[in-house]
Amino acid sequence: MEKIKVNSSPPFSFNEENLLEAKRILAMYPEDRSKSALLRLLHIAQKQNNGFCSVGVMDYIADFLKIKPIEVYEVATFYTMYHLKPLGKHVFEFCQTATCATVGVEKIIDYTCNKLGIGIGETTHDGLFSIKTVECLGACGYAPMMQLGEDYVEHLTESKIDELIQNLRNQENG
Amino acid sequence: MSDTLKVTIDGQSIQVPMGTSILEAARMIGGKLVPPAMCYYKPLKGSGGKCRTCLVAVTQGSEKDPRPMPKLVPSCSTSVMDGMVVESAISERVTEARQSVTEFLLINHPLDCPVCDQAGECKLQDLSFEHGKSFTNYKEERRDNEPDDLGDKIKLNVNRCILCYRCVYAAEQLCGTRDHGVLYRGDHAEISTMIEKSLDSDFIGNVIDVCPVGALTDKTFRFRSRIWFTEQWNAHRSCDKCCGKVVLHKIDGQIARVSARKNEWDEVEEWICDTCRFDKKENEDWTIESKRVPKSKSVQTLNKYSDNSQSVYVKVEGLGSERPKELE
Amino acid sequence: MARKLLLKNDHIAGINTLDVYQQHQGYEALKKALTMKSEDIVSEVQKSGLRGRGGAGFPTGMKWSFIAKPEGVPRYLVCNADESEPGTFKDRYLMEYHPHILIEGMIISCFALGANTGYIFIRGEYMFVLRKLEIALEEARKAGLLGKNILGSGFDCDIFVSPGAGAYICGEETALLEALEGKRGNPRMKPPFPAVKGLYQCPTVVNNVETLAAVVPILEMGGEEYAKIGIGKSTGTKLMSASGNINKPGVYEVEMGLTMQEFIYSDEYLGGIKNGKQLKACIPGGSSMPILPAYLVTKTINHEDRLLTYESINDGGFASGSMLGSGGFMIFDEDQCIVRNTWNLSRFYHHESCGQCSPCREGTGWLEKILYRIENGQAQMDDIDTLFKVQKGIDGNTICPLGEAAAWPVAAALRHFRDEFVWHVENPDLAQKQNYGLAKYAEMRPKPEPQPTN
Repeated sequence: MEKIKVNSSPPFSFNEENLLEAKRILAMYPEDRSKSALLRLLHIAQKQNNGFCSVGVMDYIADFLKIKPIEVYEVATFYTMYHLKPLGKHVFEFCQTATCATVGVEKIIDYTCNKLGIGIGETTHDGLFSIKTVECLGACGYAPMMQLGEDYVEHLTESKIDELIQNLRNQENG
Repeated sequence: MSDTLKVTIDGQSIQVPMGTSILEAARMIGGKLVPPAMCYYKPLKGSGGKCRTCLVAVTQGSEKDPRPMPKLVPSCSTSVMDGMVVESAISERVTEARQSVTEFLLINHPLDCPVCDQAGECKLQDLSFEHGKSFTNYKEERRDNEPDDLGDKIKLNVNRCILCYRCVYAAEQLCGTRDHGVLYRGDHAEISTMIEKSLDSDFIGNVIDVCPVGALTDKTFRFRSRIWFTEQWNAHRSCDKCCGKVVLHKIDGQIARVSARKNEWDEVEEWICDTCRFDKKENEDWTIESKRVPKSKSVQTLNKYSDNSQSVYVKVEGLGSERPKELE
Repeated sequence: MARKLLLKNDHIAGINTLDVYQQHQGYEALKKALTMKSEDIVSEVQKSGLRGRGGAGFPTGMKWSFIAKPEGVPRYLVCNADESEPGTFKDRYLMEYHPHILIEGMIISCFALGANTGYIFIRGEYMFVLRKLEIALEEARKAGLLGKNILGSGFDCDIFVSPGAGAYICGEETALLEALEGKRGNPRMKPPFPAVKGLYQCPTVVNNVETLAAVVPILEMGGEEYAKIGIGKSTGTKLMSASGNINKPGVYEVEMGLTMQEFIYSDEYLGGIKNGKQLKACIPGGSSMPILPAYLVTKTINHEDRLLTYESINDGGFASGSMLGSGGFMIFDEDQCIVRNTWNLSRFYHHESCGQCSPCREGTGWLEKILYRIENGQAQMDDIDTLFKVQKGIDGNTICPLGEAAAWPVAAALRHFRDEFVWHVENPDLAQKQNYGLAKYAEMRPKPEPQPTN
C-alpha cells in the first residue's frame, strides 16, 4: 500500500456537539478502557469530516483516547466502513452478496453506473455521488438493496434509482 | 496431585510442569516429532497460534477425559493435560495439514530466495523443505508489492512476510513504543507504519532477529554475503543499554553483521540494542569469546563452505543421521 | 395458526415503545425474575432446552453455567448483534421493531449471570437500528428498569450499544470482544474461553439477539412449557430469515418441527417459488452452511419429511444434509447458476477473512480466484480438484470457524453440483451465455440401501 505523508492531512477536531456525544460514549465503558470507544468515535469523526477518515482524523482520535496512532491505523484499515480516501457526498454502497446477486443487483449497479457516468469505486465530477460495492448488509429479505449514508434503500428498481438521484440533486440545488 | 503431567508424543513419554504447551513438551523430547513453528516465539508473550504449521492431533485428551480432540490443535498454544496422547510426525492427518499450510504460506511468497538475504537461515525454506510438497497447483497471480524501508537500517519486503506478528510483539514488548503494526486485513494485511516514518527505538533492530523470513532484513548487511559464507564468533562488549553479548558475522576478518545469540530453536537468548547491532562494526569494538557453531539445524551449522582452516567441524546431534524425507 | 413467542405482538402498532410494550405484559417476566434466585433462572433456561440462535446451536443454559465467578471481578453479558452471515436479517427485525423484548431478556440474563453491565455489539451498518435501541434503552433507564436498584430489587444493571464498522468476522464471539475493546477483529485463541476470560479479561457470556430475547417467553411460561414446543432437542420457536427466489421473503417465527414443504410452499410462509419457477437449491442456515439440491430440501435422503429442526436439517450429515445455523434461509430457482453463487460466496469470505491465520488468509483468496476462472470460462478440469483440495486444507485448520464457513459452501457445491462445474469447464463459451438450468437436481433418487448392522 502507498504510504501517506504525515503532513498532507489537515488537523481535525470534534465540533461542540460531537465533543458532547464523545463524552457520552466514553461514559459507557470502564474508565481505564476508553479504547473501547474507538470504533464509534471514528464513525462520528468520519461523518464530521465529510465521510473521509483522514490521517488528521485518526491522529486526533488517538490523541483523544490517549492511545498510539498505530492502534488507530490498525483499526481504521481493518474495518471497511472507514473510508481512507475521500468519496462523494452521497455514496451508493450496493450489496453484491448472495441474495442481492440472486435477485439481480448487478443490473441495478450497471444501470446506476451508466446513469451517473462513473464506474464502481468512482466519484462524479461534481463530487456529489460515488458508487461502491460492499458485502452483505443483512437485508437479504429486501434485496436488492444498498446503503446510503446511515440508511438502507431496499427493493431497488431502476425507477427507484432515478427518483433517488433526482431527489438528491434537487436537494442540492434547492 | 502431582506437580508434573505426563504427555506422550509420537509414542515417547515425558513429564512436564503444569502449563507447558505441547510444543514445549515436544522440544524437551527433541528430534523429528518437534512441530515446526513459524509464528510462535517463546521469548515474546502472546505469540503463536497464527501460522498453523505446528498443528498436531490429540488422540487422547487426558487420563480423566480420554476423548480425542476432534480437530487438529496448534501445539504452541495448547497446554498439556495429564495423560494426554499426541501424534505429530507419525500422523498422516497432521502431515497433510502441514503440507497444506506450507503451500498456503508459499502461494503468495515471491520465492526470490536467490536474492534474499535470509536464505540459509530462513524458517520458511526449512519448513517447505521438511514439510512442503515439491509442486503446487497455484496458477493465480502472486501478491506483488514494492519493498519498503522501516527506517534507514531495516528493509521491509512485505511480499515475503508471513504475518507471524512476531515483530509487532517485539516492538510492543521491547521498545516501549510501537510505530508499526499490521494494517488492512485478509490477504491484503501487511506490516506497515502507515505514515512514512522510521522506527525509532534503541531495540527495534530485534525485529530483524525475530523475523522468520526475509521480510525484515538488516540494511547494513544487505547483499554483502550469503549467510553460510560468514564466519560466526561469539563476542561481547560492555554496553549500558543491553547485555552486549552478540554474534559477529565476519567476512575476510571484517565484521559484516551483528546479531543476537539464538538457541537451537532460533529464538533470541538475550536481546541486543541497536547500537551494538548497527553501529559497532570494528573489530576493536568487541572482545571475541569463541568461534560459534549455530545451535539450530541449518546449512550454516556445519560452516563447511568456509575456507578458514580454523573452522571447527562439529557434529550436531540429530543432523546427518536424520535426513529430510524424500520429496514426492 | 402457529404459535408465536417473540413476534406475538408483531401486529401491534407502537410495540417498539416502552408504553405499548408494557401494556402487553412487557417487563412482567423481569419482575418475576427479580423475585427468583439467579440459579433458578439458569435452571429454567436449562430446562427450556434453548440453543444458541446465532448459528452454532450450543445449549444456552449450559453456556451460562460455565461462567467463572471469581470474587471481586466484574462479569459481562454481551449481546451479539453483529448479524452478518449472508442470508440472515432476523436480529435486525427484532431490534428494530421489538427492542424492548431484547432489553428485557438482557436484564434478566444479566441478573441470572450476576453481570451488572451488558453490551449490545451491533454491526456498524445497522447505525439506524443502534439509534432506535438507544432510544429504547433511554426509555427503560427513565422508567427505572435500568440503572441502580432496578424496580427496588437492589440489582444494578446497565446496557449500552457499541457498533462495529464493517467486518463479518466480528460475529465470531472472541473477534467481537476484540472489536468491543476497540481493536482489530482478530479472533482470540481458545482456551481461555470467554466464560473465563472474555471482555476486559473478565468472565463474559456472549449470546445472540434472538437467544437473549427468547429468555423472556421462557421466564413467562417456564422452561418446561417452552421445551414442549418443538421436537426433541430442537425446542421453542426459531426466527427464519427467508430470501431469494420466493414469493414472500421476510422474517418468520416458526415452531421448531415445521416441515420444509409447508415452510417453502404454504401461503402462511414463503408462498412458493417466485414466477412459478422450480426450486433448484436451498441454503437453509446462512451462507456458510452446505447448500442442498432440490431433491434433498423437502425430503431427506431416506425420503422422510425434512423438518425445520437442528437434527432433521442435519439428517444425513454433510453427505446429504446441512445445518439450521442462523436460520438464513436462501432459495435458488432453476435459473440460478450454482458456480456463480459459490464464487459469490467465496468472494465474500475472501473479503471478510481477518488475515490472522495462514490457511484462511491465503486459502480464501485462492478459492475465489479459481471459482472466478471456472465461472468465466478460463479454467481447466484440474482446477476443480484443486478447488476441493484447497477447501480441505482450510477446513478445520484455522483459528476460528470462518475457515469452515469458507470451505463448507465450496465442498457442498462440489458434492451436489459437480456436473455443473464440469459443464462450465467443458463449455466455457456456452457457460457465458446460458445457465446449466435445473438438470436433474429436483429428481428424487432411490433410497440408499440400508447399511447392514452387526
